[in-house]
Amino acid sequence: MKTASFINIGERTNVTGSAKFKKLILEERFDEALDVARQQVDAGAQIIDVNMDEAMLDSEAAMVTFLNLIASEPDIAKVPVMIDSSKWSVIEAGLKCLQGKGVVNSISLKEGEEAFLEQARKIKNYGAAAVVMAFDETGQADTEERKFEICERAYRLLVDTVGFPPEDIIFDPNVFAVATGIEEHNNYGVDFINATRRIRENLPHAHVSGGISNVSFSFRGNNPVREAMHSVFLYHAIQAGLDMGIVNAGMITVYSEIPDELRERVEDVILNRRDDATDRLLEIADQFKGAGAKRPEEDLAWREASVEERLKHAMVKGITSHIVEDTEEARQKVAAEGGRPLQVIEGPLMDGMNVVGDLFGSGQMFLPQVVKSARVMKQAVAHLIPFIEKEKAGGASGAKGKVLMATVKGDVHDIGKNIVGVVLQCNNFEVIDLGVMVPVDTILKVAKEEQVDIIGLSGLITPSLEEMVNVAMEMKRQDYVVPLLIGGATTSKVHTAVKIAPQYDHPVVHVLDASRAVGVAGSLVSETLRDNFVANIAADYQAVQERHAANKREARLLPVAAARANAVPVDWTDYTPPKPGFLGTRVFEDYDLAELVGRIDWTPFFRTWELAGNYPQILEDDVVGETARQLFADAQDMLQKIIAEKWLQARAVVGFWPANAVGDDVALYTDEGRDNELQRIHFLRQQGEKRAGRANACLADFVAPEGGKADYVGGFVVTAGHGIEGKLAEFKAQHDDYSDILLKALADRLAEAFAEHMHERVRTEFWGYATGEDFSNEELIREKYQGIRPAPGYPACPDHTEKPALFELLDATAVTGVSLTDSMAMLPVSSVSGYYFSHPESHYFGVAKIGRDQVEDYANRRGLDLTEAERWLAPNLAYDR
Amino acid sequence: MTREQRITALQRALEERILVLDGAMGTMIQQHKLDEADYRGARFADWGQDVKGNNDLLNLTQPDIIKDIHTDYLQAGADILETNTFNATRISEADYGMQDLVGELNREGARLAREAADEMTRETPHRPRFVAGVLGPTSRTASISPDVNDPAFRNVTFDELVDNYVEATEALIDGGADIILIETVFDTLNAKAAIFAVKTVFERQEHELPIMISGTITDASGRTLSGQTADAFWYSVKHADPISIGFNCALGAGELRQHVQTIARVADTYISAHPNAGLPNEMGEYDESPDAMAAHLQEWAESSLLNIVGGCCGTTPEHIRAIADAVDGLDPRQPVNEPPVMRLAGLETFQAV
Repeated sequence: MKTASFINIGERTNVTGSAKFKKLILEERFDEALDVARQQVDAGAQIIDVNMDEAMLDSEAAMVTFLNLIASEPDIAKVPVMIDSSKWSVIEAGLKCLQGKGVVNSISLKEGEEAFLEQARKIKNYGAAAVVMAFDETGQADTEERKFEICERAYRLLVDTVGFPPEDIIFDPNVFAVATGIEEHNNYGVDFINATRRIRENLPHAHVSGGISNVSFSFRGNNPVREAMHSVFLYHAIQAGLDMGIVNAGMITVYSEIPDELRERVEDVILNRRDDATDRLLEIADQFKGAGAKRPEEDLAWREASVEERLKHAMVKGITSHIVEDTEEARQKVAAEGGRPLQVIEGPLMDGMNVVGDLFGSGQMFLPQVVKSARVMKQAVAHLIPFIEKEKAGGASGAKGKVLMATVKGDVHDIGKNIVGVVLQCNNFEVIDLGVMVPVDTILKVAKEEQVDIIGLSGLITPSLEEMVNVAMEMKRQDYVVPLLIGGATTSKVHTAVKIAPQYDHPVVHVLDASRAVGVAGSLVSETLRDNFVANIAADYQAVQERHAANKREARLLPVAAARANAVPVDWTDYTPPKPGFLGTRVFEDYDLAELVGRIDWTPFFRTWELAGNYPQILEDDVVGETARQLFADAQDMLQKIIAEKWLQARAVVGFWPANAVGDDVALYTDEGRDNELQRIHFLRQQGEKRAGRANACLADFVAPEGGKADYVGGFVVTAGHGIEGKLAEFKAQHDDYSDILLKALADRLAEAFAEHMHERVRTEFWGYATGEDFSNEELIREKYQGIRPAPGYPACPDHTEKPALFELLDATAVTGVSLTDSMAMLPVSSVSGYYFSHPESHYFGVAKIGRDQVEDYANRRGLDLTEAERWLAPNLAYDR
Repeated sequence: MTREQRITALQRALEERILVLDGAMGTMIQQHKLDEADYRGARFADWGQDVKGNNDLLNLTQPDIIKDIHTDYLQAGADILETNTFNATRISEADYGMQDLVGELNREGARLAREAADEMTRETPHRPRFVAGVLGPTSRTASISPDVNDPAFRNVTFDELVDNYVEATEALIDGGADIILIETVFDTLNAKAAIFAVKTVFERQEHELPIMISGTITDASGRTLSGQTADAFWYSVKHADPISIGFNCALGAGELRQHVQTIARVADTYISAHPNAGLPNEMGEYDESPDAMAAHLQEWAESSLLNIVGGCCGTTPEHIRAIADAVDGLDPRQPVNEPPVMRLAGLETFQAV
């Protein structure tokens, strides 16, 4: 069989293909239109098709504007562009915007040879590849003979007359609708497939492409049948040599997953195998109709398949309802044939997981579905384990490799780590998960005992970065050779390359997200890929190190005194800071969770599941919309249970104190007399050189200076995580990673919503300076209100070690049950702490890089020794320790 | 020798040996410490605005200085001269109000180099010298917005650039150039406009000259200013069917090597390089010595990376002499025979199959 790798061209930035994109362009919402392009590239599109052919648009201007905007977005502009228009003037306008080499879609012999040659010459001089339609002076080619004839004529003209590189020619021999009821149309699928084969065999180096969805046009409204038609058509066309196509990823199914009866009848239609093919497909088409919801016919259909097929189906679709009985049936069947229970895992279960892995890897399946598939797998395996142990088969598991995973000491965040673990397991890795707050000694001991192939470290808070460096140093000192993977929200390729990799002589690889984990781990355990992969990573990281070194020279810092002289100019003369309604603290026990639901910011929730896009638009997204809707529905179900069955308990403490700024610190006083200092909070100041008119901000700038007006500062700790452990243990016992991750993600969202809700009550009620405030949730998410609630350890006040002082002020551990780890992470995980500032000028900012002079001064103010301060502030240091 | 004969000789020479390009023009002009009056000469004594720094104007007002610099480089061992026309486009000359002189600046620039080259060729007829007519990048970028608040805005269009380059190219050919050199490309879209213009002129004149293209990797990021990787840059200009592709300026030989190597691995044409004399020191001066630079480039040649080599900012006839000596007798690189596969580019290369 001839296998051509297939290039899928994204068409979501096509006004004729996407109603959503068309709306965005017509309304000139270019930022969102760019997001569409970005998502497409993030999802793996290798080329993006841009089409602005719309009667209501100035298509040339829209093409130019959009391509210019793309050029300013490196994460989109990295891929080539296909300029798609039926108007030559629009194509030419687009070509004048592309610095890279793109593709023109399309030209043809429709207007005769002269126009064709002129356009081809120009395309060659602009430097682009071209799609050539099988269209000539007499019309669009419909038969195999005409399709090939026109393509051959165009090829000769292009190659012989124009000198066009043959490898830059892409023929589109016209996909037409079949099963239209008109007899002449019945052979259109075959004509396309045969023409494709002849083009590939006779016109060297040229490519063949097509708009796949046309073929199923007569079944509009019946997506299941359309999807089956697309898959069958692609399956045969690709074998004939089709190597490119515009295919909506949401409108395609897995060829082997199409129910047998449907596949056979669709195949009859596409391949024109019998005269009554259309009628026979129509006969059964309605059974498959019915959008979104479960299709009973299909459910029945899959239950009737062989047990192996049923297991595979359950795995791919994430259905747990019959998994134990099916697994047991498969085990008995294997046993009857004299086989071992392990064969069930190695056979049908792994087959299913491989399909899932492939679909995820190629961007056709998304994380929530994968985690559901893993749940099915785990439940099946759990059923088999007693049998496997009984026959003492043990030993070789046939896994690709063993991966140890741990959240490092001092850190308690594990959603991302768990997701990576699940995805690795789906791809046949054995995962040993040591959980959270794992000391380096434990990691190394287990790694040795278990002879793991890879160690994966995870962490979310910034001090974990230092701990990861520490692990790498220990591994080197103890002569380990296992590759080290680094992941987690604050980790980065730059930090890994610059700070961690140099500490260890063996591979250290940063893994951006779960979808990359499999490729990285797979390469590292592969005998054939490993050396090349390691060399590439080393070269890449060296380049990162050099770039980092180069950039660092450019980072220009002011002396700290100069930065202070450029503080945020706040005019206190005509301003009276508002006085809070009470001083001291107030405790809230068992807060009503139902009040928090409306304040949830859902966008980060979807990001946790690696679904890119903003809520609520993401629910309507062309590609991930369906997955997002399902996930959202599951989340709503669980949220109701969390509230009704009191799975989680929310507690909070807030407090206010008289306060004044003392330099870059803020002094809190025991009372209005302001003579006895209760506590001092220490802040850092931006030190980067600023443009004229921009201040070097420090949080202390937002508090009235000592000896001036009477001002106040607040603090808070909220948590929504009490009670979670019991539920998580339950899920673990059920091998239900999906619910485990879902609950953790929801608890995090509730904690954030609680912080947001409390802040609102502080502004309107407790501090009461914004009593008239009335914002929608969306406006709250965009921080339209007055005042801020920065958290220690985050950009405006990056020192995590200010947390103990805050907790002490609020007596937080005693009243809310939230404690701090060595690395200043909060337990329960779903907790938020921070300060309140009320001044209208107060705003969020990042302290960013600071110089040694400020660090010395800060250490002095804090009474820390310099090394200690540098360790905690490591991510912010503009210099090497 | 006719132009046809010179082009044939150039092609033959490239098969046989590494050719030497000249060094910096600006660096040499600086050494003459010319003042405003020198730049103006008699002809532009009453010009309405300052013209000091308009080096291309010297083609008209100080032709002897320019020709002497060319001759110095030829005597140092250069095979190919670059015309003093880096800024001779309407867009760049508009800074001096001299946009209407662009034709003359290019024509005279090419003619001065032609004279110098022909005089040297007469002395060593077995080794003809060539003139590369330089098309610079202009002072504007077609794919980068000058306004951070309006990323879709451009202060120059592809069509304007094409018009600029057509005018310059015609005059360069008229003045006697053997080659068109599109150099110091920091925005590939500008270079693509130059290619489009040059091809348009060739089609009009029904005669083609060899094209050399040389990009600029601006910093340690390893990308052009407009964000392309070295290989993506090559595939974006490959349609020009250039006689050579390479890099110049911004980096010294030490930093530039990896990028030249990247394209040397894939390009089915000759490779050129004219790096700076090191990176600028604290005073903004280039101070890599001729021997140090030549040692780098000799290693490149020994690693089969080079076909055409010279120098950019900070290089002098002494540098060129050292480089010419260093690569003398070393085998030129053989162009790669790359299979015909569709390769597209955004900021990065995408290869079908």
